Parts: sequence; structure tokens; C-alpha cells
Amino acid sequence: MNNVKTGKSSLFLLLLAGAMMLGTLYLIFMWVPTEKNLGISQRIFYIHVPVAWVGFLAFFFVLTGSIGYLFAVKSSNNQALMSAKSWDRFAYSAAEIGVLFMTLMLISGILWAKPVWGVWWTWDPRLSTSLILWLTYVAYLMLRAYSYNEDQSARYSAILGIAGFINVPIVYLSIVWWRTVHPQVLVGPAASGSLDPSMRMVLLAATATFTVLFIYLLVERMSLQKSEEQMEMIQGLGRTE
Amino acid sequence: MVSFWHTILALVWKDVLLEIRTKDIMISILSFAILSLLILNFALKPSPKTASVIAPGILWVAFTFAGVLGLARTFALEKDQGNLVGLMLAPVSGEALYLGKMLANLMFMLIAELALLPIFAVLFNMSPFQPAFLLVVFVATVGFAAVGTLFSAIGVNTRSRDIMLPVLFLPLVVPVIISAVVASSIALDRGPWVDMVKWIQLMLVFDILAVVLSALAFDQVLRE
Repeated sequence: MNNVKTGKSSLFLLLLAGAMMLGTLYLIFMWVPTEKNLGISQRIFYIHVPVAWVGFLAFFFVLTGSIGYLFAVKSSNNQALMSAKSWDRFAYSAAEIGVLFMTLMLISGILWAKPVWGVWWTWDPRLSTSLILWLTYVAYLMLRAYSYNEDQSARYSAILGIAGFINVPIVYLSIVWWRTVHPQVLVGPAASGSLDPSMRMVLLAATATFTVLFIYLLVERMSLQKSEEQMEMIQGLGRTE
Repeated sequence: MVSFWHTILALVWKDVLLEIRTKDIMISILSFAILSLLILNFALKPSPKTASVIAPGILWVAFTFAGVLGLARTFALEKDQGNLVGLMLAPVSGEALYLGKMLANLMFMLIAELALLPIFAVLFNMSPFQPAFLLVVFVATVGFAAVGTLFSAIGVNTRSRDIMLPVLFLPLVVPVIISAVVASSIALDRGPWVDMVKWIQLMLVFDILAVVLSALAFDQVLRE
């Protein structure tokens, strides 16, 4: 019953994300004017920024899921343990999708940096922090994969999910300071504050689209995770008999 | 409160006694650190002119990787002999277990670092024995030990423990490494104290956060 409901709402989300994606692609490639200084390559901006936003949102979800899990697992009644499981599913699924979007963000950023800045990579605070964040959550997924059992992997990764997120502002600050020790002027669209209204509109549309896509993926991943757990439970029951 | 610190002292003493008898951790940290200095020296070829720029970086790479190795040993020793289960069964709070283990790790790392400094001084023609620099080493090592103890306890309980500790540990200690490198290059150049203060403050904030959060989380790490 529950799965049927998830199936329906996720189908709706899929159709919505698909339709929005078509509209967004039209806006990005046909409708929005080309940027004067940066030329055609600036259009990657409408993918890069929303993808980055989804990545950060996903890691924030990992943080909430991790905190929720650690609180729920402390109490011993059955209801709380069930909710602990769903918090954990939420954190794990968000982490996986977050790493995916963070990877896309890094790749699109690298591709964009070459024509605009002339280099693939600079050790700018935002770039460096994103890379470290990405490495932290890759470690999170590795920790999941290498744990001995579900319960242990949930506890360990919840700790990492919280520690990794708290670390972000400290990493950012340290790199900002470090850059001022070795000054290098950064030029580019990121430096300028204002955006043309039509460009802002497309950016907002693209952000909304990618957020819907993210929620669709999250719902699907969580229901897949739940099915996996149920299957493991059934297999475990079969083994004991 | 008295018994809390007594417990911690007992835990530290257990590790110290074990280390005096085996010299396992100290030897692995020191030999690896010396080898790192050597390899990095060949890789980067510091001349008298560039030495003051790259030497602090070389030193902290050596400290970091040797530290990872030492941290991995401390919990591997507990795990292999089944002592970890004993500690978990002991009527001791997770906070005390964490602090005991962390202080022991901190002590081993500091002693190894102090032993490494004369070698560093000779190889790179530096004078590291000055209060400001030693303070930087101390504050940074507290951060390493605080995060490292938590993640070596986690890493040792996973299937591929040799790789898990560095993979978890290194991204998180990036702020400490950056601060330590910058602050020590200022200290070694005998630069003004005001330039160093913010880095030391940043490391202190990191240390406090790391110790408090790890101590709180340690119960969850050791539960079976």
C-alpha cells in the first residue's frame, strides 16, 4: 500500500521534473541573451549554480538526517527506532545524491573555468571548500560501504555527517585567510554582484527545476533503500528457519 | 569528578605502559616521519633560498602522515587483542574513554614531534626550538589527536581500516594543516606575533569543537 503511494507521487515528481527540465533547457539555450563579456560559455552558469545549490542542500539534509538519527536511536522504544531507520535512510540517500550533484558541480565548474579564467582550477576559497566537502562525503559513502552492519554504518556515518558539515565554515575561513597570505586577484562573473533580470529569472527557474529533480531522486532512492532493507530482512528470516 | 580524572589517568597510564614495553607507536611515527622528510627533500629540492618557504610545509606533511600512521596503530592494538571489548564493558563513560585515549595519542605524537625537530633543524637549517613555534606545534597536534582519536576508533571497526582513517581524517583536518603551515612559517621567520594570533585562534576553536563533539559522540562509536 505504502509503496503504491510512493510510486504515484514519485511518478508525478518525475513528470514535473521532466517538463520543467525541457522548459529550463529552452530558457537557457534559446531564450536568455548571451552574456556580453563571457560569451556563450556563460550559459553553463545556469547549470553550474543550481547543481551546486542542490549539492549543498543535500549535504544539509545529511546533517538533519544524522542529527535526527542520533536523537531517535538514543531512546529504546520501537516507534523511535523505526523513525531512526527512516532518518538514516534520509541521510544516506541525500549523501549519495549530494555527491552526485557535487561531482557535476565540480566538473561543470572546471569546464567553465578554462575559457573564462584561462585555467582549469584555482585555489579560490569556494572551489577549495567544495573540493574538501566533496572528499568528506565521498569518505562518508566509503564508510557506509566498509561498515560491518547496518546499525554500525548508520551510527558512524551520522557522526561524520555532522562533523563534516560543522567543518565547512572553518575550512572556508582558513582558506580565505590563506589566500590573503598568497594574494591572487580573482576575476570573473562570480566577482560581480548584479545579474540582468532575465538572467536571474532563468537562474531561478533552473534552480527550481534541479530542486524538483533532487526531490524526485531522493524519494526514489529512499524507497529503494527501504525495499533493500525489507528484502534483507526477509532473506534473514529465511536463513534462520 | 575526582574519579573521572582518575579513570582518564588510568587509561592514559595503560597506554603509556604498553608503549614503554612495545615502543610500537613511537617507532612507527618516527621512522615514517624521518623517511617523509627525506623523500620530500629529494622531491622538492629546497635550496638555501627556498628552504624557509617550503620547509614548514614539508614538516607538516611529515607530521600529518606520520600522525595518521600512529593513530591507526593505537586502536589496532586495542582491537587485535580484544582489549576494545574490555574497555567497552568497563563501567567507564564514553567521554572518559575518549579523553584517556586522546591524551595518550596526543602525548605520543608530541614526543615524536619533539624528537623529529632536531632532525628537521639539521636537514633544513632551521631553528625550531622557540616558544612561538612550539606553541603552534602543540595547538595543531591537539587538533590532530582530537579528530584522529575519534576516526581511528571508527576506522578500526570497519572492513578496510588501513584506508578508512586517512580518508576520514585528512579532509577534516585541512583547516589545522593550513593554519599550522602558515603559522609555523611566520614563527620560523621570527615574524610578528600579531600575524600568528588569528591562526592560533582558529586552531583553538577547531580543537575545542573537536574535543567536545568527539567526546559526546564516543558512546555511539563504541556501542555494539
